[in-house]
Amino acid sequence: MSSIQHIALIGNPNCGKTSLFNQLTGARQKVANYAGVTVERKEGFVNLPSGRRLRVLDLPGAYSLAATSPDEAITRAICLGEMPSEPMPDVLVCVVDATNLRLHLRFVLEVQRLGRPMVLVLNMMDDAKRRGIKIDTAKLTAHLAMPVVETVALNKQGIDKLLALLDAEPPTVVNRVNQQSDIHQQVRAILADTVVMPTDTDHRDDMLDSVLLHPVAGLLILASLMFLMFQAVFAWAAPFMDGIEASMGWLSEIVATQMNDGLLKSLIVDAVLAGVGGVLVFLPQILILFLFILSLEESGYLPRAAFLLDRLMFKAGLTGRAFIPLLSSFACAVPGIMATRSISDPRDRLTTIMVAPLMTCSARLPVYALLIGAFIPAQTVWGLFNLQGLVLFALYAGGIVSALVVATVMKYFQRDKSAHALLLELPSYRLPNWRNVALGLYERAMIFIKRVGGIILALTILLWVLLTFPQAPENATLAAIDYSFAGQLGHALVFIFAPIGFTWQICIALIPAMAAREVVVAALGTVYAIAGNDEAIAEQLGSLVASQWSLATALSLLMWFVFAPQCLATLATVKRETGSWRMVGLMTLYLFTLAYLASFITYRVVLAVS
Amino acid sequence: MFLSQLSNNQSAIVDTVQAQGTQDTIAQRLSELGFVAGEQVRLISRAPFGGDPILVQIGFTRFALRLSEAERVVVVGL
Repeated sequence: MSSIQHIALIGNPNCGKTSLFNQLTGARQKVANYAGVTVERKEGFVNLPSGRRLRVLDLPGAYSLAATSPDEAITRAICLGEMPSEPMPDVLVCVVDATNLRLHLRFVLEVQRLGRPMVLVLNMMDDAKRRGIKIDTAKLTAHLAMPVVETVALNKQGIDKLLALLDAEPPTVVNRVNQQSDIHQQVRAILADTVVMPTDTDHRDDMLDSVLLHPVAGLLILASLMFLMFQAVFAWAAPFMDGIEASMGWLSEIVATQMNDGLLKSLIVDAVLAGVGGVLVFLPQILILFLFILSLEESGYLPRAAFLLDRLMFKAGLTGRAFIPLLSSFACAVPGIMATRSISDPRDRLTTIMVAPLMTCSARLPVYALLIGAFIPAQTVWGLFNLQGLVLFALYAGGIVSALVVATVMKYFQRDKSAHALLLELPSYRLPNWRNVALGLYERAMIFIKRVGGIILALTILLWVLLTFPQAPENATLAAIDYSFAGQLGHALVFIFAPIGFTWQICIALIPAMAAREVVVAALGTVYAIAGNDEAIAEQLGSLVASQWSLATALSLLMWFVFAPQCLATLATVKRETGSWRMVGLMTLYLFTLAYLASFITYRVVLAVS
Repeated sequence: MFLSQLSNNQSAIVDTVQAQGTQDTIAQRLSELGFVAGEQVRLISRAPFGGDPILVQIGFTRFALRLSEAERVVVVGL
């Protein structure tokens, strides 16, 4: 029996490694993080012809073992057997793109110097044939002294040959590698002897790049693509989200009619079902956004978008790769923060995560609509603009500007001030492989439900406890919420929030609104004891607050919602994506501080002028 | 001449990569990506908004480099 128990796939970014991994393991894969870091660990199992089961680890793509990122550090540590939690792979399966051998062979030779059993997979042979690239596999095998397998995506022939190799004894390591010789010279010599390249570039790439990277046409195409994506996340997800909310409402009603009134019923309906619904409702936006991102990534367009926008984003202390996550955050910060995974530099990624909640998400709209409708007259300004629309625009712009300011300030406070490289490879264009996209979508959904969903559900139940206990006395005169911990907390908070013009009713309503910003509308309805559905509440509430609050209070509350992290789901996602409660704390603190300052200034200035 | 000074579609041969400081990981990475003496490079295009970053072809690969990165690569014209 073969002694090969587990293997690792290793290779440059864009070598088609993950495609091969998906083809080998199908859906039999587990995605998690390596202990202590936010680098994704992908493991799967493959059944060999002999019936044996092999463990496959898909190592993060790397250009070199001299690691410059956490991803590459993991790959290096595992190849060297320096990772305590990971056993040394029995065989390193090195994957290379047959059309990109100048770059990829250098890494193969570098890995070979470790003296571990290796197999070389010449991937994307179909592209190589199409471009008339001729590779003498026999000679290559002789040069490298390791087995070479040719593979083509979606074709089982090469895979079978690879599996047969792995079912035998590990390939012997020929110890004739000259550690001193120049690795680039070696690559040139091997290429000269084994590969015939008709052209250095693919004419298809040249043609597409001349259009897609054009200063005018390229930007126009990018803008239309982004508009389409934004529209999809914003609008196409809405019916599905409504559907999920309606089904959860229907389910709650069934439970409600089956159970007697009491705490258990309230716990199930108001905490558990509401919490599950609050998790599931994010799925449509996450899936639609990642359908776009994964397809763009697979096709090779994503790094090109980063190339086009790098200068704009760099000025703000960000990177071109931050654009799509930030754009998505206008729909919802949760998928936006999840999308920062495409930013390989950890410092750039953290900055992007930190400013993502400043993009005006769709949950803020009901709040803005209520307050603008109640306090801002619908008059025409300069004969052209509607004042209400202008205020809404100012709130959006305020979010963007403050994100730029925060990113710039973060740049000055970061300990690591060294220049971080862009050095971005623009891979060949490829049609997305739909199996890879589907698997990627499934992964994202599972990560969200399992890792983020648990936190959201727990916090929703905690919030329910705060809102339910202690219960109102028999002869209660005020709304039940007034007697609860949340109510008491709200009353206590008035002391802090009075300087920014918040009444005790607002303070109480802000507590349930930690679940999601739009909840503040329904919560205000509860505090002011207005019954009815959401629309009826919003309508009555509008005229009620217009008569009870000053303009200064209303504008101050608007500013509060521009900044305040009134969204547990976002905070839970930040925990999952940074792996650090410290970062969650830091974000919460800075956003609340900004919110308080902005509201304070707004309140005082409006009071002074009116 | 630096790689950053090439004009669109101009090819050149890499001479050296100059490290900035003693531990320049960017210079080291550039060498690993194939920017080594004798390799041919070509500037394919420049990004909008001030021509930074630039897109270059080296070997069979294209890389986007910020100007600050490309200024480490000394090239000689063909």
